[in-house]
Amino acid sequence: MLSTLAETVDWSRAQFALTAIYHWLFVPLTLGLALIMGIMETYYYRTKNPFWRRTAIFWQRLFGVNFAMGVATGIILEFEFGTNWSNYSWFVGDIFGAPLAIEGIVAFFMESTFVAVMYFGWDKVSHGFHLTSTWLTGLGATISAWWILVANAWMQCPVGCEFNPDTMRNEMVSFADVALSPIAVSKFCHTVTSAWIIGGVFCVAVCCWYLMKKREEEMALKSMRIGACVGLVAAVLTAATGHKSAQDVAAAQPMKLAAMEALYDGGRGQGLKLVEGIEVPYALSFMATNDINGYVPGVNDIINGYTTPDGREEPSAEEKMIRGKLAIVALSNYRKLCGFERTMDEPQIQANIASSKEKQLAILHENFKYFGYGYIKDKSELVPCVPVNFWAFRVMVGVGCLLIVFLAAVLAASYGFPRKLWEKRSLTSLPKWHYWTAFVLLPLAYIASESGWLVAEFGRQPWTIQDMLPVGASVSNLHSSSVMMTFFIFLVLFTVMLAVEVNIMVKQIKKGPGERI
Amino acid sequence: MTYIFLQHYWWFVVSLLGAILVFLMFVQGANSLVNSLGRTDGGRRLVINSTGRKWEFTFTTLVTFGGAFFASFPLFYSTSFGGAYWLWMAILLTFVLQAVSYEFQNKLGNILGPSTFRFFLVLNGIVGPLLLGCAVATFFEGSNFIVEKDNLIDARALTPVISRWANASHGLDALLNPHVLVMGLAVMFLARTLGVLYVMNNVEDVEVRSRGRGRLIGAAVPFLLLFVYYLVHLLLKDGYAVGADGEVVTEPYKYLNNFLTMWPLAAGLLAGVVCVLYGIGRTILAKDWRYGIWPAGAGTVLTVLALLLCAGWGQTAYYPSTADLQSSLTIANSCSSEFTLRTMFYVSLLLPFVLAYIAYCWYKIDARKLDREEIESGHAY
Repeated sequence: MLSTLAETVDWSRAQFALTAIYHWLFVPLTLGLALIMGIMETYYYRTKNPFWRRTAIFWQRLFGVNFAMGVATGIILEFEFGTNWSNYSWFVGDIFGAPLAIEGIVAFFMESTFVAVMYFGWDKVSHGFHLTSTWLTGLGATISAWWILVANAWMQCPVGCEFNPDTMRNEMVSFADVALSPIAVSKFCHTVTSAWIIGGVFCVAVCCWYLMKKREEEMALKSMRIGACVGLVAAVLTAATGHKSAQDVAAAQPMKLAAMEALYDGGRGQGLKLVEGIEVPYALSFMATNDINGYVPGVNDIINGYTTPDGREEPSAEEKMIRGKLAIVALSNYRKLCGFERTMDEPQIQANIASSKEKQLAILHENFKYFGYGYIKDKSELVPCVPVNFWAFRVMVGVGCLLIVFLAAVLAASYGFPRKLWEKRSLTSLPKWHYWTAFVLLPLAYIASESGWLVAEFGRQPWTIQDMLPVGASVSNLHSSSVMMTFFIFLVLFTVMLAVEVNIMVKQIKKGPGERI
Repeated sequence: MTYIFLQHYWWFVVSLLGAILVFLMFVQGANSLVNSLGRTDGGRRLVINSTGRKWEFTFTTLVTFGGAFFASFPLFYSTSFGGAYWLWMAILLTFVLQAVSYEFQNKLGNILGPSTFRFFLVLNGIVGPLLLGCAVATFFEGSNFIVEKDNLIDARALTPVISRWANASHGLDALLNPHVLVMGLAVMFLARTLGVLYVMNNVEDVEVRSRGRGRLIGAAVPFLLLFVYYLVHLLLKDGYAVGADGEVVTEPYKYLNNFLTMWPLAAGLLAGVVCVLYGIGRTILAKDWRYGIWPAGAGTVLTVLALLLCAGWGQTAYYPSTADLQSSLTIANSCSSEFTLRTMFYVSLLLPFVLAYIAYCWYKIDARKLDREEIESGHAY
């Protein structure tokens, strides 16, 4: 039975990862293109030049193909919290459910209502109303990202809640702490700006194809400038917010940071590894603490316990596991006493039970910080997969830096800067390899974007909620074969749909904007 | 606002979303009839494009219904979704297929061909309402689950999971209950009825509209028979009452008693049924009248709302357990904390605003009825 539970956990994790990875193939482009097509339609609204209307419609058509896949893969994710992680849904549903409900009420309705106006309303509503609808579609998608990232940030660093031993769950005590947690803010900024990069690079790549084929040159040149501008600004913002995110990770999830850096024995003045054996001195300490001599614990430090420079003692993993088990036993005793209390009428016995309950509650509260460690069987479970985190982080940062250079070069070129270089050259007649650079960078940008999520989610293992609930205690009571079957159903379904989507997208691009305005 | 008020308020909100969802399943209903209503390629595209302008509302309402349930009654979310795994997965899979089918169907580069995606729409049109109807029926008929919160901290428990299905079918067992199936089929035929009424209202095409009347009779008659059967069964069956100490007991005629004691619900149910009958009847009898979707739609919302409120209000267990009666879920034992319900109460005040802008956009998009010319010249699926 135990092995079946472990298999159920593994398949449930695999299924959630699969659906999340597929979902994140489509969401960044939705967020990025929403901004780009909004800018284009704004040009149309201001200039009344039919060129911009035709251009905006073209990008909206590509947006629509991608949007459908985002919607299809998104619905599964929301319901998977219930279907595959039912324990989790009860244990923290009081807090976690609220952002999902708000996402539906505030964001999804806005998105789905105004996207219909955007598609079908060109000749039915005023230009101003149509433009507003286009922006509201993008705003709805962005608000949706806000609430789901609030939920995700809460799992990485639970705040604004208290455990209620009578209901056996965590309950929200401060909505503001949950909704405006600093980790949620930086996660939102980092994630959404990274999505805009995907939109920018996609736009540039499509434009490069038209320039290479010497078709739709005016649309390609003007769209490319907008795409590169959006992409570059976003890439710089992503880098800046990434620094803040790293500090959040260092504070709330030191094990994740240690895994990202494959840092086993930490200390002061740590360098940042570019690859194994080559490092930038002091850079890791600066990235994590804003101080080149800052203290960064390694995997072994966290497992064995350590003392921070300010004198705070962090217990070893074994001590945390003991304290977690103490919390669980105290809670169990408290619940038994409550049951016993209901059957007793004698005032003296009731007073004794009340006193015992108080003692058990005191033990629970004293050790609740490590509640989740009580489910950990071996301290090795507390170390996430280091190679995945290490390399995913490097791919994300490396490709991100490459994209900053690329987008800056494209933007400069679109303005003919530096003038000397572009005096005898034109963006419409460059050697083909220039255009191919964009085609190669597009899938790399997607890989970098997915890598960011791999770092965020692999790095927090074994926790669904940091220090509070591990994956083994979060899962539904399902046989692993059921989850395995749905995993493969989703794998086949999403892969086939992705193939269809990519083919349609390619055909739409080859077809071009057409004559319809 | 007391905790008890908030529990009842949130059951109302969830019921309202559920009722609106059933109305909006006219999208599924019309899609399930796309071949017989459309018949030709042009006719089928008219039907698909007509529902294609509204499918996102249905989809979003389903997602929000799930989200609202999660926020307000997390134990239901945990127990039903985690337990009736296959039932919910089947529902979700058909909605996934639907979500891509509109956009991909007639696009250049669709390597699976238009008929594959049209089949997906028909599949979702039949299976979606059928299984959602079955899921709703379990609110009255019960499900085979056990909730044991202490499992989370019981070292002797085989798994630390607090709720589990008491058999291996994970929700498919509901389909073996004939009453559940009757409700599922009733919802499916209701969706078809509403779908025909919607298309007759929304599409400006003589051929499609002329076929509508025949299809309406074909959908409405079985719907009415199945609905009346289930309603009689519901009013006569034993229900699941919650005692003052929280103990759940079976009570004869519980749902009938609920309607009698909460008479506004009975009035709502009656008004809803009359509206649905009026919408159907007048459309069949008056040749040029095409507004049946509105009274029938409003009637559907009223009827479903009254039924769902009857399931949860009046000291009733809304998700009874047939495996262990005391595991049954009530609005008191499965709800979120008072703080969360109160916080979400303020958020829910946005709902009228959301409904208002949806209604406005709907009005603007439908100001000109859909015809073949629009499909040829504008953005179309």
